[in-house]
Formats: sequence, C-alpha cells, structure tokens
Amino acid sequence: MSDTITKDASAPAGDNSPKATPAKKEKPERVASLWSDAVRDLRRNPLFIIGGVLVLALIVISIVPGWFTDGSPFANGACDLSHSLERPSAEHWFGYDVQGCDIYTRTVWGARNSIIVGILTTTTVTVVGALLGLWAGWKGGVIDSILSRITEIFFSIPTLLGGMLIMSMLPFAGNAYSVSLVMAVLGWPQIFRIMRASVLSNKNNDYVMAARALGAGAGRITFRHILPNAIAPVIVVAAISLGVFIGAEAALSYLGIGVQPPQISWGLMISDAQVRFLAAPHVLLFPAAVLSVTVLAFIMLGDAVRDALDPKLR
Amino acid sequence: MTTVIEKNQKSGRLEVGTPLLEVKDLHVEFHTRDGVAKAVNGVNYSVAAGETLAVLGESGSGKSVTAQTIMGILDMPPGKISQGQILFRGKDMLAMKEEERRQIRGQKIAMIFQDALSSLNPVMTVGAQLGEMFRVHRGASKKEAREKAIELMERVRIPAARQRVGDYPHQFSGGMRQRIMIAMALSMEPDLIIADEPTTALDVTVQAQVMDLLAELQAEYNMGLILITHDLGVVADVADKIAVMYAGRIVETAPVRDLYANPAHPYTKGLLRSIPRLDQKGQELYAIKGLPPNLLKVPAGCAFNPRCDVATDLCRTEIPALHQVTDKDGKELTGRRSACHLWKETLHG
Amino acid sequence: MGRYVIRRLIQAIPVLIGATFLIYAIVFFLPGDPVQALAGEKRADPIVAEMIRQKYHLNDPFIVQYWDYISGVFRGDLGSSLQGRSVSEMLGEAFPYTVNLALVAFVIEAVVGVAAGVMAALRKGKFLDQLILISTLLVISIPVFVTGFILQLVLGVQLKNDYGIDFFSVSFNEDDGIRAYLLPAFVLASLSLAYVARLTRTSLMETMRADYVRTAVAKGLKRRRVIVRHALRNALIPIVTFLGADLGGLMGGAVITEKIFNMHGIGGLIAQAVYQKQGTIIVGVVTLLVLIYLVTTLLVDMLYAVLDPRIRYE
Repeated sequence: MSDTITKDASAPAGDNSPKATPAKKEKPERVASLWSDAVRDLRRNPLFIIGGVLVLALIVISIVPGWFTDGSPFANGACDLSHSLERPSAEHWFGYDVQGCDIYTRTVWGARNSIIVGILTTTTVTVVGALLGLWAGWKGGVIDSILSRITEIFFSIPTLLGGMLIMSMLPFAGNAYSVSLVMAVLGWPQIFRIMRASVLSNKNNDYVMAARALGAGAGRITFRHILPNAIAPVIVVAAISLGVFIGAEAALSYLGIGVQPPQISWGLMISDAQVRFLAAPHVLLFPAAVLSVTVLAFIMLGDAVRDALDPKLR
Repeated sequence: MTTVIEKNQKSGRLEVGTPLLEVKDLHVEFHTRDGVAKAVNGVNYSVAAGETLAVLGESGSGKSVTAQTIMGILDMPPGKISQGQILFRGKDMLAMKEEERRQIRGQKIAMIFQDALSSLNPVMTVGAQLGEMFRVHRGASKKEAREKAIELMERVRIPAARQRVGDYPHQFSGGMRQRIMIAMALSMEPDLIIADEPTTALDVTVQAQVMDLLAELQAEYNMGLILITHDLGVVADVADKIAVMYAGRIVETAPVRDLYANPAHPYTKGLLRSIPRLDQKGQELYAIKGLPPNLLKVPAGCAFNPRCDVATDLCRTEIPALHQVTDKDGKELTGRRSACHLWKETLHG
Repeated sequence: MGRYVIRRLIQAIPVLIGATFLIYAIVFFLPGDPVQALAGEKRADPIVAEMIRQKYHLNDPFIVQYWDYISGVFRGDLGSSLQGRSVSEMLGEAFPYTVNLALVAFVIEAVVGVAAGVMAALRKGKFLDQLILISTLLVISIPVFVTGFILQLVLGVQLKNDYGIDFFSVSFNEDDGIRAYLLPAFVLASLSLAYVARLTRTSLMETMRADYVRTAVAKGLKRRRVIVRHALRNALIPIVTFLGADLGGLMGGAVITEKIFNMHGIGGLIAQAVYQKQGTIIVGVVTLLVLIYLVTTLLVDMLYAVLDPRIRYE
C-alpha cells in the first residue's frame, strides 16, 4: 500500500475498482491490517457473538458440570431402573434413559469429553500440520516430496475406516485422549496441505524477496515473514474443524469404538438410545440436540473467522 | 436495427457534431460500510458521431464509474445513481426498461475494457465469444457466426485468423487479446464505443498499434468514442476534446490542442508538467504533491485545494463552478471550461 | 494427456503400496489373536490353532506376510478370511450395495446441492439465500447418524402411520429396487450436499463479479445467458473437483448409514471384520477404497483439464 504515496496521474494505476477506492486507507503493514480488520469484523458478526457465547458456556459446563446439575452420574444410586425411559418432566427436563439415569445430568457431564476432543485434536492437528507444512513448503526438494507422498497416503485412506481400525488396535479402552490422538493422526495432512500451499504462494512474494535481499536468515524469514502471512487459511480451516472433530468423536463412540462406558459421551448415549428410538425418542433426541448445538456453535465461530480472514468472500 | 436514415447519418461527413450521447448532471454514490462515497458529482459531457472525447483522471476520479453507468453495468448495490440523465440519441437511458437498455448494450454502445485477459471468458474460445454476438443479436447459425468471427479477427489484423478462431484467450498475446476485445466491440457496428484504459495493460510499443487501430476503425465507421485514460500521452493524437476529472467532477474541458497548449486549471497544469519531456532531460520530474482525495472525506471547497500550489482561502471554502473560459480580450473560447476560481490567472498569468 | 495419465498411474503405485502397508502394519500389530477370536469364548485347540496359523502363514515375519499379500493384490488375489472364504468374493457380495448407495447419494448431492447453491447465489441476501444458508448450516452441524434417525422417524414411520404413505422404509429392503436406496442415500448425501450448496453459492457469487461476466453483460446478453453460459460454466470447475473427490468419501462414510438402515454393504463387512480382527478383510476393503480414491482423483484431474482449457497436462 505504501506505493500510493508516489502515485500521480501518470502512474499506471487501474481505475476499475471504484468500490475499493473509497474504502482505501493508508495502512502501514498488510498483516497488521488484516488482523485488526478481522477483529473489528468479528465483533460485529452476530454469528461470532452467538457462537462465542455458546462455546464459552460449553467450556464452563465441561470444566465445572457440578454448577449445572445437582447429581453426579457416577454417584451410587444415580440411576434407578424404576424410572426407566420416563418422559421429560419439570424436575427432570430431559427424562430418563433405559437404565433409569437422568438424561440431563448425563448430558451435562458428557460435555467434557466432546470439548476435550475438539480442542485437543484441533490444537495437535494445527501445530503438527502447520509446522510440517511450513517445513515442506520452505525447504522444498526431498523433504517436500517425502512429506507430500505421506499425506497422499493418508488422504487415500477413508478417515472413518482408518479411525475405526486404529481405535480397535489400541490395547486399552477408548477415552477422549485416545480418540483425539487417533483423529489427530488422521487429520494433520489437511492442515499440512493448506499450510504448504500457503507458504509456496507467499514464498516468492516481493516482501520475502526483499527480506532476503536485506540479509535476513532463513529462520527469521520463515517465522517473521512467511508464517504470519500464511497462517490465515490454516486458522480458518482449524476453526471450522473444531466442530467437525466433535462430530467425529460422537460418530466413533456411536459405532462403539470411541469413548467407552462407564465414561459418558453424547455419541454413546445416542448409540444406547437407538434401539428404543421409536418407542422413546426423547432418550436419543436430547443428547443429539445438545451435540448438534455444540457442533453448530463451533462451526458458527469458524464461519465467522473465515469471513473475517478471507476478504475475498466479502 | 439500423435504419436507412441512420446509415446515411453515419456516412455523411456533415453530421459530425450531432450529439450522440449526452451525460447530464450525473451523480453516482457508493454505499460502503464506512459511509457514502460520492464517486460522480454532477458530471456533464457529450459525444457526437465521429468524435473522440478523452476523459482523463487518476484512480477514483469517477471516470470509470461514469462509463459503467452509461453502459449500465454498474454494480448496484453498492452503487446508486442519485441524480441525472444519460441521453442516447435524445432519449434518457436511465428511464428505460432493462430490456430496452439491453438492446442498446453491445449493439449501439459497446465497451472495451482495460484488462483483456480477465475480461474474456477463459473457458470459451475467442471464436465462440465473438460469434456469440451474431448468434444472440442476429440469429446467425453456428457456422455463420464462426465465419463472422474470422472476418472480425481479420478486420483487427489478427494473423492466421482462420487457424486461431478456435483458440482460447490465454493462448494469445496481450496485444492480440485487446484486438479481440476491439473486434467484439465492433461486431454490431455500434454508434458509440467506450474504451476504458484500452492500452494500459499493454507494452508501450503495442499500445501505439492498438490505439492506431482503434482510431482508424472509429473513423471508418464514423463512431463516437469515449476514451477513458489516466495517460495524457495516449490522448494527444487521437482525441478531439478532453474532459479532465477530479474527485467525481469535471474540472476542465477543452479541445485537445488548446488544453495542451494552455491549461486553465492548476490540476491539468500539474498533469502536463509531470510528463517526462526530452527537452527537459536532466531536470527533476515534477510531481503533484499529496494523494488523491478519499471519496468518503472530500476536502471542503475545491477538492483539489490541498494539493494546489496556488490555492487561496476562497478555494478552501467554496466549490468552484465550471466557468466558461475567455481569452485575454474577454472573447469566449469555444468548448473551454474550467472549474477553478483562479482560471484567469492560471490561463493568462 | 496420454503420457500424463501413465505418469499419474505410476505415481499411484507408491501411494497404494504405502496405504496397504500402513493398514497391514496396523492389523498385524493388532493385539489379540485372530485365531482365538475365531474360536469365540471357548479356548482354541492348540493343534487346530497351529494348523490355521500354518495355513495362513501367520507365523511368518511381518514383512514376508506383507510381501505375500501385496504380490497377491497385483495378481488380483485379495486373500481369504479365516473361515476360508475368498475376500474378493465377500467384497463382490457387499460392494454392489455400497456402490449403489454411493451413486444415488452422489446424484442427490450433485443435483440438489448445485441447484440450491445457484438459487442462493442469485438471490444473495434475500429470503431464499438466508434459508439455504441456515438450513445447510444445520445439516452440517447435526451428525449424520442423528439426521438418519430423524429422517427414519419422520419419513419412514410417521409418513406411513399418520398419512398412510408407505414409500420410504425404516429398514433397507433389497426388493424395493432403487426406492430402497433413496432414504439411506439422502442421509449419506446430506452433509456433502450442504457443502456443495455452500461451495456453489460462494463460487458463483465470485464468478458473477468476474470481469468476463461484466463483459458478457456489456455484450447485451440476456441475464439467463450471462449466468448459464458465462458465470456458471466457470463457477462449476471447483464444484466438480469437490464432487469427484467426495465419491470415494461417500463409500467410506457409508459405514454409519449402512448401520442405521441395516444394509449389508462394505460398511457392515468392515465393522464385522474389525470386531473379529480379520486382517485380510480389513486390508481388502481399504485397498479397494484406496484404489477407488486414486482412480476418481485421476478422473477428476482429467475432467478438470477438459473444463478449464488453461490447464494443460504434459
């Protein structure tokens, strides 16, 4: 943007962007303005506000479920078979499941596993994928070829089948951490590809050339110049995949190879409820609704982040 | 359909000067999230058959927006025409129904864009894109349309037209692509062509060829031509008259020679001084100070005042009218107007 | 083009080998004894067990077993299950269900998804656009197995009980022909359909702003022609890529759909194989899906060159 200072009428400037011109502001640096614009955009975006409030609430619920329900699903006598499949009532909003456990209590306590899986998987995938992508994109050559071939192999294996296989291989009962690990193993190539492409497209930009010409070292160029410019698409995808991973955990647990009982997972609750779904739909629908709202909240956040960071879509 | 009388008008030399297109007091604004940008603020100009009007200005001066409004291809929203008329052969196009305007677009008024590569459809052959005009507007068969496309390509001197009619835009050089754009604009033998920076994206040597071709074809078909540019050099040889735009207003109009010889507005003067000249070799090139105005916050008074060397207090408070310019003896100079409080000093001082 | 295809096929070989190697390794190191799993609860007769191990070379080192397997794959022999059935035969039985399911889902995804996306893009910001945006967001948020149950309840049960329309069935019935596939296929397609709709919307909105679309308008073409001939043709290029890549994904994702609707496709086969730790079946299914993935991506890339003349493969 700094070249506008010297631009006069004889400079070869296009005049095809009447929309862009009025919005033009003098910005010292592209990266800084992208992020500050994004923050300003996010604050105005109702998707972000609704999604953000929901996510915050879910995080609080998962840390201190006791604030939201009196009982603990693990306490002695938490379940009473005489209440089996009872419909929702004023005291028991979500009703009872087949074992006579209070569905509301179980749903509240089940939030933790979903949130852990979502955050842990996304963090791992993003860090591993981004670093490897940065490495491959920057170094090129043999490293790039090897890493790219490996991601191709991972891409060619259907994710769900791969997940089933590895989960069943683990020598201990599945929990939120093992599910996260397995999904991270299968999920990193996506971030890797985006990061690598992003680095490649930024690598030959003028500002990187300029930094090189000024004698900046490879490490400095990579982390100070390329990373901040290339990270935006990675963050967009990572933000959206948070919700996707939570849904995937539920799917694995639903198939009986994710989180194992007596731990609580919404996917497991749904799986347990399916046999009597037609007779007692509330047993399935309440955890399903909460799961959907959770995924929705994270996807709304992700959408808002994408809208803010991808000015092309405006 | 062109009537016999219109055809005669087109070929008759005497009719040069008949107003073909008149823009009257046009106002266009853009509603952005940061506020309303007034891109065009009361622009008036006219073009006659066979005449070339050059519209000169830098980015954001409103010259392209005016052209897009004439063409009816302005994005609305965010754009909005708040006031004014655009008369084509005496009829206000802004009051027409969309279907009637569509019949004018491409057939009576055609447009040539700056960047031919992005303005041509990448997945259609140039033959298909040229032939489409005949297929849609003349009901030609596929074969006829192809022949017409080849004919047009030959008209704009594309070598081996018959072999290249099935090629895609990316397979042509920049100059050849712009020739295809010109051919497309010419296809329906329109009355008026609007060329929006037609040579900006081209190499200097190719620029001259394309410009010459355009001027030659214009004379041949006796078309009106609105040439939009930021480059004074392009204009000199081909234009009859010039309108200089700044911040959405016309600041000076003049026959091309008069403007070059003796500008009546400090902005025009600055533009002329900033052209590199051989006889001033070794001297520092003049540049107008400051930046083009932000259309969301146009300076009070004359929009040019913060960048003007001779601005007075009057310039900072009152928007200058477009004054009729006179010579030293007070005789009106035909076609010369200047929107400067100090036009006399600028012209005669 | 011919040379490109050959090069791509050669490049596919290491991916195929890598993927099968990975899966084979996971299966090989699976804890638990397949022979014991075969015997079920009883203790396996050591002599019989040893015979089975001999027969299936289970005592050979990993690399030898893998070599035997992969050389068999290239001869078209996928080995046999521990019950002595040929894996190719088992795949041949299960595969048609999954292929039909995936193909019907693919058609639904492409037709409905693109149509919805186009309608939304052309009415940007209007009611229909908002409706499509919100409903696709919901579909993306609700996990597939929940969507499946809800549709099963609404279309399969309530439609029949309340309105007497017995069109969709709760459980898959082969005798119903293509009608039997409609509901499961719609469930399977739902997620991708939502993505296709959103992708089409974004892509078309972007091309509608392109310079060549402005040229088409300036040529005096009718709006319909501008959209169909100039904008849509370009906007569909990324959609075709997505659809092609998704075809393999649909088959992998069929596991859940098949479970909900009680279909005996490869989803059921692999679930059973994972449970019984039948390595050859697992590897066989994955090998097949990897092959499908490789072929479809090659086809997509070739189609890409047809759709976009700027792309040339040498």
